[in-house]
Amino acid sequence: MTQTQAQGGTAVTEREPLLEIDNLSVTFKHRRSQTRAVDGVSYSVDPGEIVGVVGESGSGKSVTVLALMGLLPARGVEVTGQVRYKGQDLLSMGDRAMAKLRGSEIAMVFQDPISSLNPVVPIGVQVAEVLLTHTKTTKKAAMAESVDLLRRCGIPDPERRLKEYPHQLSGGMRQRALIAMALACKPKLLICDEPTTALDVTIQAQVLELLKELVTDSGTAMIMITHDLGVVAGLCDHVNVMYSGRIVESAPRQELFAHPRHRYTHGLLASIPRLDLPRGEPLQPIPGTPRDTITWSKACAFAPRCRHATDECVRPDIPLEPLPDSPPDHPVRCVHPAEVTHG
Amino acid sequence: MLRFAVRRILLMIPVLFGLSVLLFVWLRSLPGDPARALLGEKATPEAIARINEQYGFNQPLLQQYVTYVGQLIRGDFGNSPRTGEPVLETFMLRFPATVELAVAALLFAVVIGIPLGYLAAKRAGGILDTLTVSASLGGVVIPVFVLAYLLKVVFAVGLPGLKFLAVLPSSGRQTVTIDATHVTNFYVLDGLLTGEFDAAWDAILHLILPAIALGSIPLAIIVRMTRASVLDVLHEDYVRTARAKGLDPGLISRRHVLRNALLPVTTTIGLQTGALLSGAVLTESVFAFNGIGSYLFEAISNLDFAVLQGFIVFIALVYALVNLVVDLLYGLIDPRLRTR
Amino acid sequence: MTDDRNPNLPDDTDITDDTDVPEAPDLAVATSVGMLERPPLLEEAMGGDEIDEEGTSLWKGALQRLVRNPSAIIGAVIVALFVLIAVFAPVLAPYEPAGSQWIDQITPYSLPPFSPEHPLGLDPFGSDLLTQLIFGARQSLIIGVVSTLLGLIGGAILGGLAGAFGGWVDVTVMRLVDILLSIPSLLLAVSVAAVMGRQPLAIMVAIATAQVPIFARLLRGSMMAETRKDYVLASWSLGLRRRTITMSHVLPNSLGPVLVQATLTLATAIIEVAALSYLGLGEADPAVAEWGRMLVKAQDRLQSAPWLTFFPGLCIAVTALGFTLLGESLREALDPKSRR
Repeated sequence: MTQTQAQGGTAVTEREPLLEIDNLSVTFKHRRSQTRAVDGVSYSVDPGEIVGVVGESGSGKSVTVLALMGLLPARGVEVTGQVRYKGQDLLSMGDRAMAKLRGSEIAMVFQDPISSLNPVVPIGVQVAEVLLTHTKTTKKAAMAESVDLLRRCGIPDPERRLKEYPHQLSGGMRQRALIAMALACKPKLLICDEPTTALDVTIQAQVLELLKELVTDSGTAMIMITHDLGVVAGLCDHVNVMYSGRIVESAPRQELFAHPRHRYTHGLLASIPRLDLPRGEPLQPIPGTPRDTITWSKACAFAPRCRHATDECVRPDIPLEPLPDSPPDHPVRCVHPAEVTHG
Repeated sequence: MLRFAVRRILLMIPVLFGLSVLLFVWLRSLPGDPARALLGEKATPEAIARINEQYGFNQPLLQQYVTYVGQLIRGDFGNSPRTGEPVLETFMLRFPATVELAVAALLFAVVIGIPLGYLAAKRAGGILDTLTVSASLGGVVIPVFVLAYLLKVVFAVGLPGLKFLAVLPSSGRQTVTIDATHVTNFYVLDGLLTGEFDAAWDAILHLILPAIALGSIPLAIIVRMTRASVLDVLHEDYVRTARAKGLDPGLISRRHVLRNALLPVTTTIGLQTGALLSGAVLTESVFAFNGIGSYLFEAISNLDFAVLQGFIVFIALVYALVNLVVDLLYGLIDPRLRTR
Repeated sequence: MTDDRNPNLPDDTDITDDTDVPEAPDLAVATSVGMLERPPLLEEAMGGDEIDEEGTSLWKGALQRLVRNPSAIIGAVIVALFVLIAVFAPVLAPYEPAGSQWIDQITPYSLPPFSPEHPLGLDPFGSDLLTQLIFGARQSLIIGVVSTLLGLIGGAILGGLAGAFGGWVDVTVMRLVDILLSIPSLLLAVSVAAVMGRQPLAIMVAIATAQVPIFARLLRGSMMAETRKDYVLASWSLGLRRRTITMSHVLPNSLGPVLVQATLTLATAIIEVAALSYLGLGEADPAVAEWGRMLVKAQDRLQSAPWLTFFPGLCIAVTALGFTLLGESLREALDPKSRR
């Protein structure tokens, strides 16, 4: 796993990115209060690239992709910025055109497989309806292809499963069925929103393995949204870390794990138990909760939970930029970044 | 599925048993002695003696109860003291009219209620939604017979200056001058069966106003239930999945939203049968519609308890049956109940 | 009305969930977490956007939501006006109720027009209509409150028994409730009114009876739900006695839905009185100021004097609307689903 794998950072000049999120902001308006869930987020995904988005609940990582998919409620939500897919702005696209892209070009796998599947419609119909919507095919052919898809996604006895309802399947099987639906039309981009969070630990690994295999085989690009750095470590080419609606650090995977610079990323990595460290070394949890907040317009939003915060952190809109001692594809939004460690 | 059905039917037995006990206690606690209560104030001593003999009112209580249940099972609700006719016979003769009316009312409520509730939920907070919610509140707070009178005055009798609105018949099930053949006593059906289409049309015209009046309450309830249920479903993850799949909005509405949202609505419709039948008492009397409702209305006004008793048994049975059917139907449409 | 909840944001999981801790975390770390020192400027900047949404109690939160809800306010205003009018009727009304002083101005075909002395004219019995309407509020309030109380007490006894003891008590009581629920409320009321004869209390008991099964099921349901909750389990494990747990934990937490139902029952009572009056089971004295009765008595003059129907009908509808709005807003405010 060396530099050749990290196409994400250097490929920008060579070819057009598949998806470019450009200064995307999402504001929820509830009565008189406003919540900015996503605050000027930009990142891009190259064809075939796997991009990880890491953050805790409320960091805006899911809202970002829901916004680009046009799946946020129309009322009470304000979305600004641009999302270019193959050069086309998705946000200014009409509903009809967007619906055409969804499921065929850009597909999505959600977190909770039981609530994400319609309880009163057989699995087969739920897979086949994607095919019937986006391709010129007959009902019979779509059903036959669904069997094939379910089998490829590792569902045993797919002919029987086709007629069953979601409640008759196990959690892992349901998630596989959801993945089958997402991949039905061979999308160019697959967005996975915490696809393994609701699953048992043993099943998690299987599903991740399956996803990796499927996207690598077909050259599908993927955005993997997760709060689990373990998922990122095994899967992603490039990683964006989000906190309180903004990206705080962005780097190729190797670089990020080797030299985490933002104090939040640093804290995240320190809070993971590691087998390669001496026993008895205490874990370092991040103090406080995501509720200890301050807005980016006033200070670094992570400062209230940061052991290294000083008065200098209280300044509006700290920029996301490469540090003097970090590579250009590794921007950080931090006043007191962690030292580059060698070892 | 079969076991579910059998279990459900067996569950009805204790309910019917309990009902018979309640009815028996009720009959015994009516003012005066039971025979007089059944026969009314002006009963002759011979008639009272005959009723006492027939029902065994002079025997020990337990035996009386057994006799009473025996009679109920045979469908013998006694004779109406007013007309002297057996209650059951009159019921059977008049029941089709009420079924016709109730079905029309329910049809009206469902056909208008479900789409309206759905549209209101889709644009929750909009003008249509506000209007629908307000109107459905109005439907709940206006007494049924008041609405019935209002409809009758405006659309049948005619208000001064608004005579042109009065285009519908004001009472009865069919215009008397129409010489229609009656086979089943469902007048609309009869007209269609015998090919007397003008008779069927006439019967339909007579149904419109009573059906709207009677349907107003289930309409209000169905609208609100559908709206609430659709709102819930619209927030479900699987609807978001369906949208993420890029499905056609119509398909999302039909397959993913409505199919789930209508489950609780089905139960609500079943639970409306009772209210529908007692609403028929008021509506039928306003429109002089000869069903069991107006029969009961006359009975209540005359304190004719034999009819009231029969009516309660009858309604409880119909209610139990309808809800049984609804439960079975529910099992059919909700796979989670069907398979386990 | 309820749709403006936040969009479902899917990331509900806590980041700490997944970090499997192989050994017990060091205590020193835990304390350092609590004692994080912040730079002064940061503390100052954070002071500005302090949001304290935690720590509001269920009832306080409900009240806050109620005050924000326009339909709750409309409902409350209507109810307050209604109660005030009922209480101060003797002061507000221009004349004595049921006076019939002006009976000589009434003919079978016409009523005198509105006049400064009688702003709403006369009723068919020669009393001032406005006076009758004002005193009618009194009747409605008394009937509503008494029948709700009776229904609540009956339901509380049944539901409380079932909820507190469970087992066969629960089964028996709930079967009885099922039976009562299978008889339409109007018929239940009619049956009770028939047993009690024409006395003032009859209507109230009749309406109350129809409410008993609803209250019973509600109370039992919410008690069952509470009993299963963790804090009750915790109380058991602390060795508290059943009575203490039931009285101090389960019952208070079951009160919300009961309060909602009581408010809605007041609306039902006011409407049902009208229906019972229409069936001839209401107040015996035709001159007594009672909206339902006034409405029924006005039917004969619907065409010549429609306002006789309109005013009492409006009073019934508006009052029932007030209680319904208040009750439903209360339900919404207490519903954990709509809380955010």
